[in-house]
Amino acid sequence: MVAKNRLGLQTVRLEHPPTIKAHAAVAGPMEAQGPLGHEFDHTYADLMMGQQSFEKAERLMLKDACHLALERAGLSATTPEIDYFVAGDLLNQIISSTFSALSLSIPFFGLYGACSTLCESLSVASVLIDGGYADRVLCATCSHNATAERQYRYPNEYGGQRKPYAQWTVTGAGALVVAAEGPGPRITHVTTGKVIDMGIKDPFDQGAAMAPAAVDTIYAHLSDTGRCVDDYDLIVTGDLARFGREMAVKLAAERGLSLGETYKDCGVLVYDNTKQDVHSGGSGCGCSAIVTCGHLLKEMERGKIRRMLLVATGALLSPTTFQQGENIPAIAHAVAIEV
Amino acid sequence: MMYFKAFLVGGLICLLAQVILDNSKYSPGHVLSGFTVAGGILGGLGFYDRLIAWAGAGATVPISSFGNALVKGALQEAGDRGLVGVLTGMFHTTSAGITAAIVFAFFTAVVFNPKS
Repeated sequence: MVAKNRLGLQTVRLEHPPTIKAHAAVAGPMEAQGPLGHEFDHTYADLMMGQQSFEKAERLMLKDACHLALERAGLSATTPEIDYFVAGDLLNQIISSTFSALSLSIPFFGLYGACSTLCESLSVASVLIDGGYADRVLCATCSHNATAERQYRYPNEYGGQRKPYAQWTVTGAGALVVAAEGPGPRITHVTTGKVIDMGIKDPFDQGAAMAPAAVDTIYAHLSDTGRCVDDYDLIVTGDLARFGREMAVKLAAERGLSLGETYKDCGVLVYDNTKQDVHSGGSGCGCSAIVTCGHLLKEMERGKIRRMLLVATGALLSPTTFQQGENIPAIAHAVAIEV
Repeated sequence: MMYFKAFLVGGLICLLAQVILDNSKYSPGHVLSGFTVAGGILGGLGFYDRLIAWAGAGATVPISSFGNALVKGALQEAGDRGLVGVLTGMFHTTSAGITAAIVFAFFTAVVFNPKS
């Protein structure tokens, strides 16, 4: 039997493209001061958000984003209104997602794709819906600067200097309700990335580790679908930031792809590099989540973007692997969204 | 004049650390332990005390002075008590600094909570 909706080697064409019925983005104080601050549905005044720990604050953001998205979709957080909750985050054992799932009475799939989680969850949701296994799926992801820094780099109190090419983990969460039918932007294609290792070892240099994965997935998507860069109003990567974006443009050119003005990166969009001390730009699951849910999907609804390729990028390191001197493999997942 | 010498030596040690941090793959932790070991070696060879005599706080405040103190303590007590003195001596000279770090860290943790 041949899978009739497979295109090429890595892409799935969704026969009945699912709709993004509702979406919500919540963000921390620094993101609120950034150029997209006015786009977010809710922002918090400080990183603790009235909670006892940063981890609890991260969880609060995820839950707030989920409830906002559900409210907009006019749905409650229970079956049969939502069939699945598909979520992931950056913390050990994806606790932000699992503990949030505890308060939502919905069958749950936990994902770990580092910062590629947004597209990974949309991919899983789309395939579930198009396959006829679900009508409505809640997708969500989050990251928090203080929890990610202490998990992946140094304790917050240590105050170690950051390298000039380092990125700043975004504090924020995004949630989307994906449905079989209804108005709204539609997910038409899913391109699943392969894990790629280009020998980067520095945990601060994640843009360089992820850029090859992003280019590989964009290339695979275009060759699988027979499309070209100009078929898209926007090709946007998750969190390569300034240096990673430059590297992606260079790597794409080597493979004959000219990523011009159409190509943007959420890590560049989320902060104002001239006013905010974020070095290379934003990173984290929350980076692509808040830019997509807070800004890009709204731009689609405003008619400014008609077709976009969202490519969320993830650096698959653990503190143990980099302390033991291993490379940082990376992955990028893409979804094509059209109005 | 002493102020100027302290400023010069302390500043040069920090400058060297910053140059290493910016131009190598070493982390702040690597630089920290590297400077401690370097201070220990210079102390063992007798150079670090001369630097302290010349530059005062410019040489005693950076972490290299901690390495120097460890080695100096070990050498002093080794003379009096032999091999065991190498182990106990290290902490005789540095105990005030280490205890202060623990005590102040404890009270800071008790009094303050992280906000951002």
